[in-house]
Amino acid sequence: MAFGPYLLLATLEGLVTSAVLALMALGLSLVFGVMRVVNVAHGEFYMLGAVLAWWFASLVSGHPAIGFLLALFASPLIVAAVAFLAERLVLRRLDYEPEATIVATIGLLYIIQQFALTFYGPEARPVEAPFDARIALPWFGYSAYKLAVIVVSVALMLATWLFLTRTRAGLIMRATQSDREMAQAFGIPVDRVYAGVFALGAGLAALAAVLIVPIRQAHYLMGLDPLLLSFIVVIIGGLGSLRGTVVAAILIGLSDGIISMFFSPTLAKMLATFLVALVLVFRPQGLFGAASR
Amino acid sequence: MSRIDGKSLWLHWAVLIVLFALNFLLPEYHRGVVTRVLLLAVFAMGYNLTFGYTGLLSLGHAMFFAAGLYGAGLTIYHLGWSVWPAFGAGLLAGIVLAVVVGFLALRTAGVAFMIVTLMFSQVFYLTTLYFTTYTRGEEGLVLPVPARTLTVAGAEFGLTDPGTRYMTALALFAVVLIATAFLVRSSFGRTLLAIRENEERMRMLGYDVFANKLASMAISGLISAAAGAAYAVLFGYVGSGFASIQYSILPLLWVLLGGAATTLGPLIGTLLTFYVIDTASSYTSAYMLLLGIVLILLILYFPRGIAGTVRERWLPWLP
Amino acid sequence: MNYKAKHQIKPDGGITRRTALKGLSTAAGLMAAPGFVRYAQAQSSEPIRIGFQCHRTGIGAAYGRWYERVTSAAVKRINDQGGVNGRPLEIVIEDDGTDAARGSEVVAKFANQHKVDLVYGTLFSHVVVAAAPMAGELKIPYYVVSEGYHVASGKMNRYCVQPGITDVKAQVRSVAPWIAQNLGKRVTLVYPDYAFGHDHRDFFEPAITAQGGEVIAKVPIPPTETSFTRYFPQIPRDTDVIYHVMVGPAVLTFVKELGEFFGTGGPQLFGFIDSLEAVDINSPGLEFLDGSHFWEGMPRYAQPDIPRYAASYRETVGIDENGASVNDPNDVSTAGHMFGCWETLYVIKAAMEASGYRGPEDRASLIEATEAMTEFPAGNEHPQGAKIFNGQIHQVFAEQCISQVNGGRLDVVHRTSIEDGMYEPEADYTTMSF
Repeated sequence: MAFGPYLLLATLEGLVTSAVLALMALGLSLVFGVMRVVNVAHGEFYMLGAVLAWWFASLVSGHPAIGFLLALFASPLIVAAVAFLAERLVLRRLDYEPEATIVATIGLLYIIQQFALTFYGPEARPVEAPFDARIALPWFGYSAYKLAVIVVSVALMLATWLFLTRTRAGLIMRATQSDREMAQAFGIPVDRVYAGVFALGAGLAALAAVLIVPIRQAHYLMGLDPLLLSFIVVIIGGLGSLRGTVVAAILIGLSDGIISMFFSPTLAKMLATFLVALVLVFRPQGLFGAASR
Repeated sequence: MSRIDGKSLWLHWAVLIVLFALNFLLPEYHRGVVTRVLLLAVFAMGYNLTFGYTGLLSLGHAMFFAAGLYGAGLTIYHLGWSVWPAFGAGLLAGIVLAVVVGFLALRTAGVAFMIVTLMFSQVFYLTTLYFTTYTRGEEGLVLPVPARTLTVAGAEFGLTDPGTRYMTALALFAVVLIATAFLVRSSFGRTLLAIRENEERMRMLGYDVFANKLASMAISGLISAAAGAAYAVLFGYVGSGFASIQYSILPLLWVLLGGAATTLGPLIGTLLTFYVIDTASSYTSAYMLLLGIVLILLILYFPRGIAGTVRERWLPWLP
Repeated sequence: MNYKAKHQIKPDGGITRRTALKGLSTAAGLMAAPGFVRYAQAQSSEPIRIGFQCHRTGIGAAYGRWYERVTSAAVKRINDQGGVNGRPLEIVIEDDGTDAARGSEVVAKFANQHKVDLVYGTLFSHVVVAAAPMAGELKIPYYVVSEGYHVASGKMNRYCVQPGITDVKAQVRSVAPWIAQNLGKRVTLVYPDYAFGHDHRDFFEPAITAQGGEVIAKVPIPPTETSFTRYFPQIPRDTDVIYHVMVGPAVLTFVKELGEFFGTGGPQLFGFIDSLEAVDINSPGLEFLDGSHFWEGMPRYAQPDIPRYAASYRETVGIDENGASVNDPNDVSTAGHMFGCWETLYVIKAAMEASGYRGPEDRASLIEATEAMTEFPAGNEHPQGAKIFNGQIHQVFAEQCISQVNGGRLDVVHRTSIEDGMYEPEADYTTMSF
């Protein structure tokens, strides 16, 4: 294939990855930024979102869009409820101590995985896309649903941004993020804010999963790679910077695909990972983080 | 505090003596289990040095373990080296990698350090796959049995014998346990603890924080690589699974469960995790559920890890 | 309740406590019954214990579940027909999490804790390779059902045998002539960039060259990859055939994206069913596979000319016309591989009977008896078909199926001969010491 179309394809693919990654990382970034905890189970919330999407989609017959839309609303809600419960029952009692939270969320990771394996099974299962169209470009064909995923995630990210900047709940969250003690002094129920943020973060991961599941199937081990990638995105973007998270997601989504045009794929992955790590080495606060940590 | 005081010295000796005796007391299967646990506990002790004592949360220690594993394994498999030089190659690979990674990664701190080490480790993992021609990637290599012979003072010991294997693992464990116990009580060790507690203050007092952290990384990498190299020669298998993220998370888990910044915590954590999985998987195929619940309960009720909680509540002298 | 009985409590069609107890009590009852000779002649009616190293969790879990079902069906059948040397088989299951390190531990647990007679059933190559040294050191027979080339390469040890399923080298050599003659001569390989994929690459290239074909491009895919479209431009335009061997949960994506990329006018496709084991061929997005070809170890869909023994095998393991569970049409089997469990158990039975196996002291002679085997005729014991066993390299050779996707099912269009897959042995285990 000629260079131009090849680049176009690599860019499109990179953007799909970026879009979903950004959505998922946004959830992690909120939890990370507001609660200062490393949520290792974030990938499992993503997986749970995908598995539930399959379950909802299989409940209804008729046009695939009905099942998909049902999943799009119901799945994130259930996942958020699970996260809320976990936060109340476990994380709160640990007083959000960073190290203890890591162990607790690793525990949560195992529990969720086991439930998925037992009740959903070890297979990868597809969810039918709400619409099935192939855009035939002169050089290659491309899935129209993938383009829709980009559009929908951009819309969802805008909605999250509006929620955080324009609503009272968002304001409270941001206040808690910038200074927990001060927020408490002003009468903000920090404790409840944390529960809300944790549920919201998990819900965003589930949302990302519902969008991706018609492209990549639901599988009980699907959470690990996106978890690692979203950690990377959050840190590269700069803690607490939503803009940074989005930019980093695009950088990471695109770098891998475009570098793979020039090198053998595994070598490309190695190089991409190494280069992104170097970005962090020479700019430890991330791309958009404040200079001091 | 500059020396190891009486009680804790006795405790360490007692632990080693019990472990020595276990070689003759344990049923065959459990002797094999403890052999592995001792090696993995060495890995955990290496991890504990950076994480527990220096306060550096790394998520990339799998690469140091794997550097030792491959350093020893590949020299035996492709170059026909004997155990001692191969073990040396593993150690060298580990310390060189740790210094290079440390030099870069220590420019960052906190979560950024965690992510940078994670990414370097991921690069290492992909490297083992990229060179599948030599490493056989995820499938791995089996080291030939004749090469797995340890020569000590002219006498030859086959490392496939369970007793020899246990004693070799115990010897490595003992050396590392004693060495780290002294190390953390030395002025270097106290410098590390002080850096963990207040890095800025140490810098103002004129300490070279970077050099001390780098030294901590180097020693930690060396110990982790020793565990990996020993694993290769004792169990005769080298594969890229040991470089995967899972083997970076495990030592963190063992150390946190056993008790960070305690000398015996890594052993306790490793032993406990192993037996929870092993026992649970005999009764139910849903053993991950049990493991998850145990983790959460332990962290709720023993937040400082087991040895850490014991020290906090009952035995303040516990090392 | 003792330890082993606890092991047998299995959900979903595994060996339940009830069936195991029934087997035992039947045996005891028969012993007590007057005039019953077969059991009385045996030295003992203690069960022969087989350690089944099963991928219940981890990436191999979809295969592991079906390996477990086939194993319990075969064991039940063997026990119903009088057991082995008059003794019932008993399966002890341990999960290895499809993990290399745990695999080695599990073999040690079987030998030293459960004291089984032999270990059996491992599928994923990395687990086999990691566990094999332990089996050799503990001198316990290790019958794997893995299709890796590891056993035949001679790099394992005298105790490792693969008598129930062919290895990848033989599979690749079997299908290469058919591809060259029917699909085209210019082939692009798409394979995972690790050992399993490299085996395909290294064995296929000489095989297709020998047929006058050539490999015009190789596209290795990193194992951590979850989307594939961006690699497809590396497939040259003048490719006749795309040969794909992706495995793991992302393969559905792979196949789907291949379809989106090429549409209907693309090159021919030849794949290994490994990509779609446990996956319904009628899943949304797989429509474009229609007309493409797959290697299958044993047909997933019941074929019109199915031999009676194969039909009986399908019924016993509980799969329907379409190769899905009789209890749940969405629960698709791993039919292309799982027959290997059945056949391996029958090889073990035959070897035990030939060597007069009594207990662990006869392990070496059990291996020798296995090595002495040469041919397995098709039948109830070998429902996949006739086989030739090479005792030198501990590896079996078989006919392979090439199937075409036609209107949502796989139809066998060609069956290779056993000889197509055979190659010069590169090792000789029989000269190695025990």
